[in-house]
Amino acid sequence: MTEVLDESAPAGADPKRPFLEVRDLRIHFPTDDGLVKSVDGLSFSLERGRTLGIVGESGSGKSVSSMGIMGLHRTTNARISGEIWLDGDELVGASADFVRRLRGRKMAMIFQDPLSSLHPYYKVGAQIIEAYRLYNDVSKKAARQHAIDLLGRVGIPEPTSRVDDYPHQFSGGMRQRAMIAMALACDPELLIADEPTTALDVTVQAGILELIRSLQQEFNSAVIMITHDLGVIAEVADDVLVMYGGKAVEHAPVRDIFKAPEHPYTWGLLSSMPRMDRARAERLLPVPGSPPSLINLPSGCAFNPRCRYDERTDGLALTEVPELRQAPGKPGHSVACHLPAELRRKIFSEEVSPRL
Amino acid sequence: MRRRRTVGAVAAAAALAVGLAACGGGDSSSDESDGNGGSEPAFSAATEGIVNPSDAKGGTLRYANEGEWDSLDPGDTYYGYSWNFANAYYARKLVTFKNAPGAEGGTVVPDLATSLGESSDDAKTWTYTLKDGVKFEDGTAITSADIKYAVERSLDKETFPHGPTYFNDFLDGVKDGFSVYKGDTLDSIETPDDKTIVFHLNQPFSGFDYFAGLPATAPVPKDSDTGSKYKNEVVSSGPYKFSDVQDGKSYTLVRNDQWDPATDQVRPALPDQIEVALNVQKEDLDQRLMSGDLDVAVTQLGVGSAARAQVLADPEQKKLADSAPINRTWFTSINSEVAPFDKLECRQAVIYAADRTGYQTAFGGEIGGGDVATALLPQTIPGTTKIDPYPVSAPTGDEAKAKEALAACGQPNGFETSYSFRAERPAEKAAAESMQQSLAKVGIKVTLKPYPQDDYFSLYAGKPSFAKKEGLGLMANGWAADWPDGYGFLAQLVDSRVIRETGGASNLSVRDPEIDKMIDAAVNETDETKRQQAWADIDAKTMEGAWVYPGVWAKVLLYRPETLTNVYVSSGYDGYDYAALGVAQD
Amino acid sequence: MTTFIARRMVAAVVILFLVSLITFAIFFLVPRLAGASADDLASRYVGKSASAEQVHQRAEQLGFTDPVLTQYADFVKGVFAGREYDLGGPEPLDCPAPCLGFSFIDQDPVLPDLIDRLPVTLSLAAGAAVVWVLVGVGVGVLSALRRGTVFDRAAMAVALAGVSLPVFFTGLLALSVFSYTLDIFPPGGSFTPITENPFDWAYSLVLPWVTLAFLYAAGYARLTRAGMLETMNEDYIRTARAKGLAERTVVLKHALRSTLTPVLTIFGLDLGLLIGGAILTESTFSLPGLGTYTVQAISSNDLPKVLGVTMLAATFVVIANLVVDILYAVIDPRVRL
Ligand SMILES: Nc1ncnc2c1ncn2[C@@H]1O[C@H](COP(=O)(O)OP(=O)(O)OP(=O)(O)O)[C@@H](O)[C@H]1O
Ligand code: SF4
Ligand SMILES: [Mg+2]
Repeated sequence: MTEVLDESAPAGADPKRPFLEVRDLRIHFPTDDGLVKSVDGLSFSLERGRTLGIVGESGSGKSVSSMGIMGLHRTTNARISGEIWLDGDELVGASADFVRRLRGRKMAMIFQDPLSSLHPYYKVGAQIIEAYRLYNDVSKKAARQHAIDLLGRVGIPEPTSRVDDYPHQFSGGMRQRAMIAMALACDPELLIADEPTTALDVTVQAGILELIRSLQQEFNSAVIMITHDLGVIAEVADDVLVMYGGKAVEHAPVRDIFKAPEHPYTWGLLSSMPRMDRARAERLLPVPGSPPSLINLPSGCAFNPRCRYDERTDGLALTEVPELRQAPGKPGHSVACHLPAELRRKIFSEEVSPRL
Repeated sequence: MRRRRTVGAVAAAAALAVGLAACGGGDSSSDESDGNGGSEPAFSAATEGIVNPSDAKGGTLRYANEGEWDSLDPGDTYYGYSWNFANAYYARKLVTFKNAPGAEGGTVVPDLATSLGESSDDAKTWTYTLKDGVKFEDGTAITSADIKYAVERSLDKETFPHGPTYFNDFLDGVKDGFSVYKGDTLDSIETPDDKTIVFHLNQPFSGFDYFAGLPATAPVPKDSDTGSKYKNEVVSSGPYKFSDVQDGKSYTLVRNDQWDPATDQVRPALPDQIEVALNVQKEDLDQRLMSGDLDVAVTQLGVGSAARAQVLADPEQKKLADSAPINRTWFTSINSEVAPFDKLECRQAVIYAADRTGYQTAFGGEIGGGDVATALLPQTIPGTTKIDPYPVSAPTGDEAKAKEALAACGQPNGFETSYSFRAERPAEKAAAESMQQSLAKVGIKVTLKPYPQDDYFSLYAGKPSFAKKEGLGLMANGWAADWPDGYGFLAQLVDSRVIRETGGASNLSVRDPEIDKMIDAAVNETDETKRQQAWADIDAKTMEGAWVYPGVWAKVLLYRPETLTNVYVSSGYDGYDYAALGVAQD
Repeated sequence: MTTFIARRMVAAVVILFLVSLITFAIFFLVPRLAGASADDLASRYVGKSASAEQVHQRAEQLGFTDPVLTQYADFVKGVFAGREYDLGGPEPLDCPAPCLGFSFIDQDPVLPDLIDRLPVTLSLAAGAAVVWVLVGVGVGVLSALRRGTVFDRAAMAVALAGVSLPVFFTGLLALSVFSYTLDIFPPGGSFTPITENPFDWAYSLVLPWVTLAFLYAAGYARLTRAGMLETMNEDYIRTARAKGLAERTVVLKHALRSTLTPVLTIFGLDLGLLIGGAILTESTFSLPGLGTYTVQAISSNDLPKVLGVTMLAATFVVIANLVVDILYAVIDPRVRL
């Protein structure tokens, strides 16, 4: 297997390569205050038909890394390195135009802020039509019908008239759904949904998730679902990637994440998760301490200032960056922590699990 | 006073444009001397002789005006250049100025008339006879009635406010508010037959031929007279007629085939067509003149300061320029109504103390401004000899003599007074400042008072009560002759009887009954030599009374592109004689 | 929309009424308050050697002896019903409705002059506006996209020069270089009506357009650049890119449209002030438009002309603002008329 593939290699040239593979992705922003290392050595992969959930607290690099996949940092001063393989094509080294032609059709993204992500001066329908006609040589009329269909499918009432509304005439939830409709306009093979349900109330939220799930089944798409909400993860994800300080700290099948998480940060996240059977006052227990500075990451394990178990690593936590390694005896489950595997599992079962 | 528009402030553009001069400007290397034996192009050559003499016809002569005419109506215009232009192309008069360079160009010769006026009744009656074959542009013959009508209509100052009032003042029996449009007629102009016209004056006037040369004697066909609208549809009697009049924009004149050259000794009528552009920006105009896009700056105010620097710096350009003396004096009136100027010696002190070169510099120095004046009458006026009644030890002022004079009038330590000038005129301001400095040296403290130029004579300096109240002891003034003789220059300037309480007079300060008497005598004098002497005496008498400080006998820097033929400065027009100009034919 | 325009029309009439009232007061009331008599005012419009009676007669003919309010009423009446002036002459002079004034100097109605000269000023203003908007916005967009490059720095330096150099300087410089030295463009004073020859029309106006546009383009470039930099960071621009749109479409269709809103605001204001720039430009290039007309009118104290130009300019400001407000709604659907 060669590391560098011709970018024009036909899709699926290497049968072993996953549909999406991110390797050692680094996205750094030079700023006046210093180099912001928003994403620093991220690796993961994803197959078609599967959903990867990405969790992590605010600022951990979830959006930056997904926009990196979309090639949306190219117009900024970001420094990007690593590899992104999508269906056999390497994207980091590819030309801007090549990546641009994949956007919308091969990969699409639902952005975090539906309120500001639609152009205020253009009709909602027109914005969807624009996306559709870019890759589909159809008449305006056909494109309009397609937009109406899409709006109907994402649950906009009276799509035939709503198609001519401006974004400011839509409610927040409707705008979110319009964004989704736009992202789905060309049946993308990879869909990145960045907190698609944050602004929505619970019923709408459920509908949206249902929608994404059914679309995924229909087109066998790969989905990346970014969220703070472990409940959402539990509902839709096949695998989960936990990010902290621009790195993946744990990557596991969804059941492992909830049943046998191995990273102290994941434990923290789990204990902050609202549970129906707990008293209200205890509902939100965020991980104590504040997120790390991305300019001066703590030496060693970035989590160490907030970690309660770092003394148990013989000081390694303060000096050496832990690598993401496969957890012994658990294929598909990797974790980046210096704690010996048995110790981790013992701590989890004895100290953490009872509190969850 | 025949008006000259004063060159406005050329603003900061001037200084900048000097920088531009290096890349602008025309190349004047092509040599077009046609060997006719006339003056070769040389600096000021056209003030002494004819430059590029030629009788070649054809071409279009292009004029431009930085502003616009007061009126094209010969009966309603008072700009010198307008008289020149009307005379050259569309308005023949009973008599006109001779087609000749220099002082000779200031002499009067017959035009529509067969000879100069014949006077009788002690110069109170003047008779002219018309030539045969003179016609309007529509082919009808010009009769004496057309000239009578033209003069009559011009008497209506309500309809024609711009022109001079000589006929109102001198023709017998012109009532106030006279108007042909109200049915008024005048008995003092007689037309015994189609060829004869007789003027009866209310007083003897020996220089009536100058009146007969005014544009107002250009015939106007009564049927075509539309009052104040006639200015846009003037009927021509000259070699050209208007083919297009665009108010405020442009005029075009083409040949008038009804004009018979045999009847005309002053108009060679060389170009085929005349074009005039109006309201052309001054710097632009100068540049176009020098680049050959234009032939004549019609107002003859002289080139602007930017172009002046450019012309004088380049010998090739300088050859094409003339520093032309004109019948104009810039001076300061000394107001005897304001103490202590009621005392002769106090007035004399001002004349002694003034910095003469400073005043000259203020008006632009020797080439663009003029010569230091020692009396009012410009040296271009025939019969004038230079006098210097107040010789000074240094051209920058004679403090000793000034202090002596101050002591004599009881003000040994000086006094305070005010100096008025027209706010819009930088030269007058500079001259006032120069006076302020030189007078300060002898203890006369001067406060400067600028007034708007539009109302300078009617409401401020020219209104005696205002001047007295504000203590305007010194007042900037300037005057140009309507025609080159003593009467034309001095009559409105030193006659105390023209001063009116209501304001508006040009004489701001000369109040001497004896001078008034001398004027009456000069007006009656029929012998030309004696008359010239009489006016020179009046000038000397004015200086003797120290009623004015004479500043500068003006000159203008004119530019004649090589495209022009037959160019000369005529004292009759204070500039190039437009009747003679032609366009070089290759 | 219709009610909006109707409402604005009513407002426009009120504004014009106020402008006429104020202008009238400045010209006819203030001098009187300052102590000038009716005869003093009239003395400018009779010959130099007029007698006191003649001056007084002219004052009566021009209506100066009436109370200022009566004079104003006569003026307003003239606008609707026309006026006659008896200034001597063969017959009274007619100023048919709408009589926007009657020149004291030329003794002609003012309106035909205005109509005659309007095409020149409109040609100058419209052409210059097109040039400065295209160039200003174009340079601003490029500068924003190439932020920090040599192009950006150079463009912004030139822009600074543009705002600070006076028209008569840039105008004379342009004439000197492109007309007199290089002989590429015609000299000052050249104007061909568009109806006669559209090519000559444009050709003769290139230098005045560029000169006048230079003054304004600079501001637009800076404004557009700043607006673009802000807009390019908007989330909806990211959305546009995420759709796979070409960068050109993103910039020209999505980013530019938002940037145009502040540009349009300034444009509306500038159109109103344009008459000032046009005066200088027309004088510099000796164009026979309303600018030179105004200069002549002011220098000869011909108040009715100045009043007429003021009214016309005010009308255009009102219309320009109406158009700008409508354009607002066209650009930004959130604006309701
Ligand atoms: N253009 C940029 N320049 C500098 N820093 C940036 C830039 N874009 C993002 N960052 C920084 O990168 C870090 C990661 O941002 P990112 O948006 O990926 O966080 P996130 O995980 O999506 O958080 P949230 O859950 O709040 O959306 C943040 O600290 C952010 O400030
Ligand atoms: S490496 Fe150390 S500090 Fe980091 S998570 Fe593991 S125990 Fe905590
Ligand atoms: Mg985010």
